[in-house]
Amino acid sequence: MTGLDATDRAILRALVEDATLGSAALGARLGLSQSAAWRRVRRLEEAGVLAGRRLDLDLAALGFGVTVFLGVKLAQRGRTTLAETERALTAIPEVQTVEHVLGLYDYRLRIVARDLSDFERVLRRRILTLPGVGNVEANVLLSEERLPGPI
Amino acid sequence: MLDDSDRRLLRQLQNDPAASLQALAARSGVSVQFATRRLDRLRAQGVLRGQRARIDWRALGYDVAVSLRFTIDKTDPRAFEDFLAAARAVPEVVEIQTFLGRVDLRLSVVARDLAHYHEVYRHRILALPHIAEIEALMQVATLKTDERLPL
Repeated sequence: MTGLDATDRAILRALVEDATLGSAALGARLGLSQSAAWRRVRRLEEAGVLAGRRLDLDLAALGFGVTVFLGVKLAQRGRTTLAETERALTAIPEVQTVEHVLGLYDYRLRIVARDLSDFERVLRRRILTLPGVGNVEANVLLSEERLPGPI
Repeated sequence: MLDDSDRRLLRQLQNDPAASLQALAARSGVSVQFATRRLDRLRAQGVLRGQRARIDWRALGYDVAVSLRFTIDKTDPRAFEDFLAAARAVPEVVEIQTFLGRVDLRLSVVARDLAHYHEVYRHRILALPHIAEIEALMQVATLKTDERLPL
């Protein structure tokens, strides 16, 4: 979808901040009628621009004290197929994101764990045991900001 | 602290953030009043910070996503602050993370195409202060994005 106007952009910015805003609240904020706001949100959803919601949770308060970004290089001579490795990685509950990337690594993983020893357990038992996995590089997340982006 | 009811409610909310309070309470096996009270408390405690809309950049015509990993020159005590402030001002930057590890910082950058990325990289990214080293990982595919916590 291209050709967003200023109002669409304002709607996206408002919903990135608070996805629970209804069309009445959105409309009031942007000087639109409730039905006009609703139609615009609906159009952004149908175009796939608004792709669901994400809860913003205090991970540490919920007992997940550690987030690690793991770069994974595939083993040189893989004894398994790519698909098997990908299936195994995506099936691990602590693994939140798996991205296939080009560059220094083949995959980029985002992993949550209770603490560093819990992360070590996931890494040793679930990831390093996979035959397709070669070198890994772990970076422990200290802080994170999500920005609204070019809207 | 959190008990099983809190966890059940958060689990259900993670599964369906747009669910009504009635549906959420029913799925968690608690009354609407109880659910309201607990969710209010989780918000007041800062455990549940809110809901953010997810934007699908590809649907908006941003076909290129690159993960840029930086090491910065830490001889200047303001290196992190300066870098972060400048990175926040680049509209194409959608995520900023700081790390403990070989990499100090990471930026997620989106662009319409490679020509646009080249433009952003040359004029905005390379202009960021205190860069010692940059590595780029170009995203080929996202195999999993599931930020639900295994509560």
